[in-house]
Amino acid sequence: MFKHAARSVRAAAIVTTLGSMPSLAQAADITGAGATFPFPIYAKWAEAYKAQTGIGLNYQSIGSGGGIKQITARTVAFGASDVPLTAKELADGGNLTQWPMVMGGIVPVVNLEGIKPNELTLDADTLAKIFLGEVKTWDAPELKKLNPDAKLPSAPILVVHRADGSGTTFNFTNYLSKVSADWKSKVGSSTSVEWPTGIGAKGNEGVANNVAQTKGAIGYVETAYAKQNKLTTTKMINKDGKPVEANAQSVQAAAANADWAKADNFYLIITDQPGAAAWPISASTFILMPKEVKDATAAGEALKFFAWAYKNGDKAADELDYVPMPANVKELVAKSWAEIKGPDGKPLAGM
Amino acid sequence: MVNIPMSAVSIGGRDLAVRRFAASDAFFRLLTRSAAYFVLTLLGGFLLTLVFGAWLALSTFGISFFTSQSWNPNPDILKFGALAPIYGTVVTSTVAMTLALPVGLGIAVFLTELCPLRLRRVIGTAIELLAGVPSIIYGMWGLFVLAPVLQNLENNYLVPAVSEIPILSTIFAGPSYGQGILTAGIILAIMVLPFIAAVSRDVFQTVPPVLKEAAFGLGATTREVVTRVVLPYSRVGVIGGAMLALGRALGETMAVTFVIGNDPKVRASLLAPGTTISSSIANEFAEAKEAMHSSALVALGLILFVITLIVLAAARLLLLRMNKQAGA
Repeated sequence: MFKHAARSVRAAAIVTTLGSMPSLAQAADITGAGATFPFPIYAKWAEAYKAQTGIGLNYQSIGSGGGIKQITARTVAFGASDVPLTAKELADGGNLTQWPMVMGGIVPVVNLEGIKPNELTLDADTLAKIFLGEVKTWDAPELKKLNPDAKLPSAPILVVHRADGSGTTFNFTNYLSKVSADWKSKVGSSTSVEWPTGIGAKGNEGVANNVAQTKGAIGYVETAYAKQNKLTTTKMINKDGKPVEANAQSVQAAAANADWAKADNFYLIITDQPGAAAWPISASTFILMPKEVKDATAAGEALKFFAWAYKNGDKAADELDYVPMPANVKELVAKSWAEIKGPDGKPLAGM
Repeated sequence: MVNIPMSAVSIGGRDLAVRRFAASDAFFRLLTRSAAYFVLTLLGGFLLTLVFGAWLALSTFGISFFTSQSWNPNPDILKFGALAPIYGTVVTSTVAMTLALPVGLGIAVFLTELCPLRLRRVIGTAIELLAGVPSIIYGMWGLFVLAPVLQNLENNYLVPAVSEIPILSTIFAGPSYGQGILTAGIILAIMVLPFIAAVSRDVFQTVPPVLKEAAFGLGATTREVVTRVVLPYSRVGVIGGAMLALGRALGETMAVTFVIGNDPKVRASLLAPGTTISSSIANEFAEAKEAMHSSALVALGLILFVITLIVLAAARLLLLRMNKQAGA
């Protein structure tokens, strides 16, 4: 009996150490929670950071809504959100500060037999109509006109959207609201909206899985998820009327016009940007931290990790089709870290 | 040495012993009584917490919370109606019970009346194992295996087959995602099947052999013995098992969340996506940052609590009436 118990304890210990998310054992781990959109790149950075410093990152990718909730409750050292918070929301969260960490693209993905990645092209209006449930079949005239050469089946279009509150949804619906008056009046833009049609799935992972599972499905995911799950992405016609693929270059092109220096609290949404090469559904993802920190060690370690990621993380971001922040924005952000102070009132950055 | 009479010692000893017994009895009574009252307190506490948490949503939306199917957590809108989750919960459970009850009873009858002894052990163990499978496994299996198969069957065979038949064409209107109310109902049916089968088997075994033998002696067929002797004798237990199963179906969360499509709408088609009370709560609670949103979700919890209470009460009433009829 005793022996048995000891064995299972040992087994449990092994499982814990083997688990990719180190828990209780390492108290020094940085804790964070929030957006699923940047989770692949945070995970990759964390792996490299741990190899260098021995300090791990325990990031729960529970969605932006959850991240805002957890940092407001101060159960984590930092929150992550794909939705920038307004000045009022930052104050409501108990005096928070925010900054953009990395940019990426949100891409429509489809599951259609015989259609290769980026073979299909969509425009803003058609995308809105599909998600409004007005374009119902894959061989609808709107789609045929955009894709005269593609072999489109007469199958129904099955829409997959997020079931949870999500920054990916926020940026996606923000884009649709900008380009379709119908969408703006009927659905609007938020982390979770009342979808006119389709099924809901949890997280970027859930949408990716459901699209992969369901013939005739269309969904929207962050580009890294499309890549990892080998999903069929589509091209989009951008604001300048040019068809573009979702990749690091096209997101970079969308970010080129973004003026972060003028944005209060780095509040900036980069959907539907001008530029011939710009990807229309681009998004930045943000980190949230309290300005008055209770646990100075934890917050200090988190800031060190972000500084390290800004300095050393660009290549990893590139590999996953994320776009690093431009150097001048990184400088602005690093300056803003002076606002984050410990219980003794001293800034934590550069400790 | 003090000289104490023997008898006095023994009387004092008995007195003491009796008193000690009485004290220990009283203590025991107190212990069991507080355990029993603890359950009552707990139940009352749950109810109070739920009502307290749900108050904001219920007082804001009033009766429309039960009649509206608009579920919009957008912070600028924040409108909540529970009709779709209630509908989804009731319909998935109904589908599950409709499918599972006949099959479960069939299994139980076969196991107790017709099955060779050796096979009985094997099938019995399989049912118990099935009951022990965690619900997340059913959910994953439902999403990755059952949903694509159902999507294919429904879109290519079921929907075209019934498209001309008036009522069926509405109930089975496409397109099918493979996920939806029906898929959730089927998964739930598989999950509650072992409960119904195992409980029914156990109660069927309590039927005195002499009753069955007498019926056989009068020339009854196996079907007649089962419907006229076994089922009437064991109906209380069978209904108990069914209620247990219904309770599980109403509250099941994870497996349903995987396969129901999570879309808070009331639609006539069983193939359409929907949502249930528990899967709505599971999906949204972690990120409900608006007070009204949290409150609406707690109100959903309260409604599920009440539905479960009604089911249990209905079961009790049913049993009471049946017993009266049997007694008369």
